Amino acid sequence: MPDKKIIVRVKRRQRPDEPVRWEEFELRYRPHMNVITCLRDIAERPITRDGRESSPVSYEANCLEEVCGACAMLINGQPRQACSALVDNLEQPIRLEPLSKFPLVRDLVVDRSKMFEDLKRTHCWIPIDGTYDLGEGPRMSPATQETGYPLARCISCGNCLEICPKVNEHTQFVGAAIVSQVRLFNMHPTGKLHAGERLDALMGPGGIQDCDNSQNCVKVCPKGIPLTESIAAVNGQVIRHALKTWFTGRD
Amino acid sequence: MRQPKIIIVGGGLAGLMATIRVAELGVPVDLFSIVPVKRSHSVCAQGGINAAKNLKGEGDSPWIHFDDTVYGGDFLANQGLVKNMCEAAPAIIDLLDRMGVMFNRTPEGLLDFRRFGGTLHHRTAFAGATTGQQLLYALDEQVRRHESIDRVNKFEGWTFLSAVLDDAGIARGICAMNLRTMDVRTFPADAVIFCTGGIGAIFGRSTNSVVCTGSAQSALFQQGAWYANGEFIQVHPTAIPGEDKCRLMSESARGEGGRVWVPKQPGDTRHAKDIPQNERFYFLEEWYPKYGNLVPRDVATRAIHKVVFELKMGLPGGPAVYLDVSHIPREVLNRKLEGILEIYEKFVGPDPREEPMKVFPAMHYTMGGLWVDNEQQATSIPGVFAAGECEYQYHGANRLGANSLVSCIYGGMIAGPSAVRYARNLEKGCESTSAEVFERERARQQDITDGLLHQQGTENPITIWRELGEVMTENCTVIRYNANIKKTVGKLAELSERYKKINLQDRTQWSNQTLNFTRELGNMLVLAQVIALGALERNETRGAHYKPEFPERDDANWLKTTLARYNLGKICLEYQPVDTSLIPPRERKYTAAS
Ligand SMILES: Cc1cc2nc3c(=O)[nH]c(=O)nc-3n(C[C@H](O)[C@H](O)[C@H](O)COP(=O)(O)OP(=O)(O)OC[C@H]3O[C@@H](n4cnc5c(N)ncnc54)[C@H](O)[C@@H]3O)c2cc1C
Ligand code: SF4
Ligand code: FES
Repeated sequence: MPDKKIIVRVKRRQRPDEPVRWEEFELRYRPHMNVITCLRDIAERPITRDGRESSPVSYEANCLEEVCGACAMLINGQPRQACSALVDNLEQPIRLEPLSKFPLVRDLVVDRSKMFEDLKRTHCWIPIDGTYDLGEGPRMSPATQETGYPLARCISCGNCLEICPKVNEHTQFVGAAIVSQVRLFNMHPTGKLHAGERLDALMGPGGIQDCDNSQNCVKVCPKGIPLTESIAAVNGQVIRHALKTWFTGRD
Repeated sequence: MRQPKIIIVGGGLAGLMATIRVAELGVPVDLFSIVPVKRSHSVCAQGGINAAKNLKGEGDSPWIHFDDTVYGGDFLANQGLVKNMCEAAPAIIDLLDRMGVMFNRTPEGLLDFRRFGGTLHHRTAFAGATTGQQLLYALDEQVRRHESIDRVNKFEGWTFLSAVLDDAGIARGICAMNLRTMDVRTFPADAVIFCTGGIGAIFGRSTNSVVCTGSAQSALFQQGAWYANGEFIQVHPTAIPGEDKCRLMSESARGEGGRVWVPKQPGDTRHAKDIPQNERFYFLEEWYPKYGNLVPRDVATRAIHKVVFELKMGLPGGPAVYLDVSHIPREVLNRKLEGILEIYEKFVGPDPREEPMKVFPAMHYTMGGLWVDNEQQATSIPGVFAAGECEYQYHGANRLGANSLVSCIYGGMIAGPSAVRYARNLEKGCESTSAEVFERERARQQDITDGLLHQQGTENPITIWRELGEVMTENCTVIRYNANIKKTVGKLAELSERYKKINLQDRTQWSNQTLNFTRELGNMLVLAQVIALGALERNETRGAHYKPEFPERDDANWLKTTLARYNLGKICLEYQPVDTSLIPPRERKYTAAS
C-alpha cells in the first residue's frame, strides 16, 4: 500500500510588501500529526508538490501544547492554534494563512505587539508596593479564585481579535481579550483599588463601546474563556464608573 | 552617581524576577528575549511551586524542605544556597500571591497546597495545573508596569549571539541578532544576567518548548564560561510521547492521588477499565511503600524502564504504562488538574477522567548549567551572572518536582541586585570600552552568519538535529553504558563535520528562521558533547545519572562537581568539591523512611 499523503497549502509572502503566493506541499502521513509537524516536514524538504524548490515556511511556535499563544494562524479559514490542530481532524487540503488583523512579518508570522501595548495602556497588573517581604497576600474565597483563574489563562493568541468584526483598519478596538483582563484585575482584592484607571482606559476611542456584541470571540477562544460574560461585566462597570465620575467630577 | 547599565537575556521566571529587582533599584534594564516574554517556556510549568508554609498542620519547615531537596539531589548540590532558597520560599509565595496569582484556595481563603514527589508533606502551592503560566503572567505584568515608566526596555525578537569581552576578559555587553531584520548588533552593558532556561532541544523530543536549545549557554561556554554538572539530565516519568514534543503529564496528577500501574498479565489486551484491581500491578506502590507514586523522578523513571524493558510488562502497542486518575472525583479533577487533563484530551483523545492515560518517560530538565558561585549567581566571566534553569546551583543530581519555579525566582532575586552591586563597583563602566572591542565581536558574529548564508552543501539542519536528538536520547538519558556514550561522542563528531556542509534553503535577510536555527544547532552540538563527556567520565550512579556498570553512588571518588571548560576548541573536565557542611551525606533510599 502506498503511504498515505496529506496536502498542505500555504499562503506565503516573504516580505509584507511582496505579492501573495500560494504553495502546495505533499507530506507523508503519520498518526497524531499536527500542523506544526507539517511545517517541520516542509522545512526539512521544502519542495512543492509540483517539484519546485522553495524555502522553509516562517511561523511562530514555542510550547507546542497550547499554553504560550505563539502559533495562532488561520487553519482552513479558522483562527486557531497550530500546535493543537491535529491533522486527523482537518479537512484536506489543509489551508494555512497568517492572521489577517495584525501586520504581516513573513509567511505565517504576524506582529501582535498591539495586544501587549494594550495591556500596558489598560494597566493590567496589580500595583504592589515592592517585592520586599510584606507578609501574606489578601485572603480570597475559593469562589473568587474559581472565577478569576479561567480569565487568567488568556494566552494572548489574538484569535478573538481576528474573528471580531469590530477589529479592523478603521477602529482601534482593544478586543475581548483585553476587556476580559480588565475584569480579572478589577475583581482582585488589591486590583480593585485601582479599577477606575482601567475603566478610564476602556472609555476612550477603541474602548469597550466599540464592541457590537457579535459574540464570535467566545467561539474561537482556545482556552474557553467566558469572554461575553467578561464584556457584559466590564460594560456594567464602565457605565457605573461613568455615572459616578459624571456626578462627582471624579472617581 | 553614574547610572549602571544592565542587560538581562531571557524573560522566563528567572529573567523577569531579575528584571523587577533591578528596576526596583531604579536602574534601567534592557531585556532581551527570542520570544515575547509572555510566551517564554515557564508557561509550560504545570504542577506548582514549593514552599514550606506548613498550612496543613504537618510540621513542615524550611529545614525539612532543605533536607528533602539535598537528599533528593543525592547530595551533589552545594548546601548553603539551597538552604537559603528553602528559607526564602514562603515569602516568595506571599509575594506572588500579592502580585495577584490565582492560586487555589482553601475554604478559609488561604492558599491550598498539594503533595509532590520526594517529600511526605503538602508543600506545593498551585494555580490549577497551569502554575508556571500563572506565575509568569504575574511577573510579566509587573515588568510591564516598570516598562510603562521606562525602567525596562524590551528587545523581544532578538537572540543573543555572544558576550562582548574586553581584552581583560571582562564582559562589556552583548552581541545579538534581530530575528526579523537579521541585523547583528552589539549593546554595551556593565553587567549581563543570563536567564535563558533549559536545553531540551538537544534531545530532540522533550517536554520543553521549542526555544529551549541551550544555545546561549553554549555560546558563553565557548567564550570561556564554565559549565557545571552537564551530565545530570532529568527524565520525567510521565509524558505523552509525541513526534513534535513529549507533552508532560505533571507529577501533580500523582500528587492528587493518581496511580501508576500495568496489567499483571503481560500483553493483556483488555480495556483498562475491565481489568480488576487485583490483576493490576501498582509497581511504585509495591516497591516503594512509603513514598509510593511520589518517589522522586529518577526513581520513578527507572522503575518504569524496568517494568517495560526488563520485565516486559509494558502496555501492548508501544512502550507505555498507565497513569490513572479516573478514581478521583470529577469535581476535584476539574478544579485541580484541568489544565493537564485538557492537554491529554486535545492531543490524545480519550477523557482521562474516564480511563487511564498512557504515559512514558521523556527528557525534561537539566540540573547542570552555567557554573555560578555560591553567593552572587556570578559566572566565571566577570560581569556575567546567571539564574534559572540555565545555571546549575540548586538541584544537585536530581531536581525535586516544583522546586524549579522557586529556584528560578530565588535565583533571579539574587542575580538582579548582585549585578547592580557589581556594576556600581566597577572602576570603569562599559562606556570606557573602546568601540573597536564591540566592532570586533560584531564582525566575528556577522562572519559566522555570512559563512552559513554562503556555504554550499547537501546537509539539512533539521535532519542533523533529528539525529542529534535520537543519539542523545538513546544513550545519554535514563540508562548509560560507557560503550554507548563513546559511540555517541563519535556520532557528535560526525554531526559536527556534517554541520559544515549544511545548505541553508533560505538565504534571505528577513525573518530567516532557518538561519537562526542553524546557528543554534551549532551551539547545541557543543553542549551535547559536554553532556556526553561528563557522563562518560562519571563512573558511578547518582540521582539521574545511572550506570548499570557502576550501580552505586561513590562518594569517595565522585562527590564532586563536574566543571567543563572550553579551551582552544577542546572540552576539558575538572572537578570541584561539594559543600556538604550542613547535612552529611547519607544513603539515598526511598524504599524505607529517610
Ligand atoms: C512541561 C513542563 C512542566 C514543568 N512543571 C514544573 C512545575 O510544575 N514546577 C516546577 O518547579 N518546575 C516545572 N518545570 C520546570 C520549569 O518550568 C523550568 O525549569 C523553568 O520554567 C525555567 O525558567 P527559566 O526562567 O529558567 O527559563 P524559561 O522560562 O525557559 O525562559 C527562558 C527565556 O530565555 C529566552 N532565551 C533563550 N535563549 C535566548 C537567546 N539565545 N537569546 C535571547 N533570549 C533567549 C527565552 O526567550 C525565554 O524568555 C516544568 C518544565 C516543563 C518542561
Ligand atoms: S481571550 Fe482567548 S482567544 Fe482571546 S487572546 Fe486570550 S486566549 Fe486568545
Ligand atoms: S506553540 Fe504554544 S500555543 Fe501553540
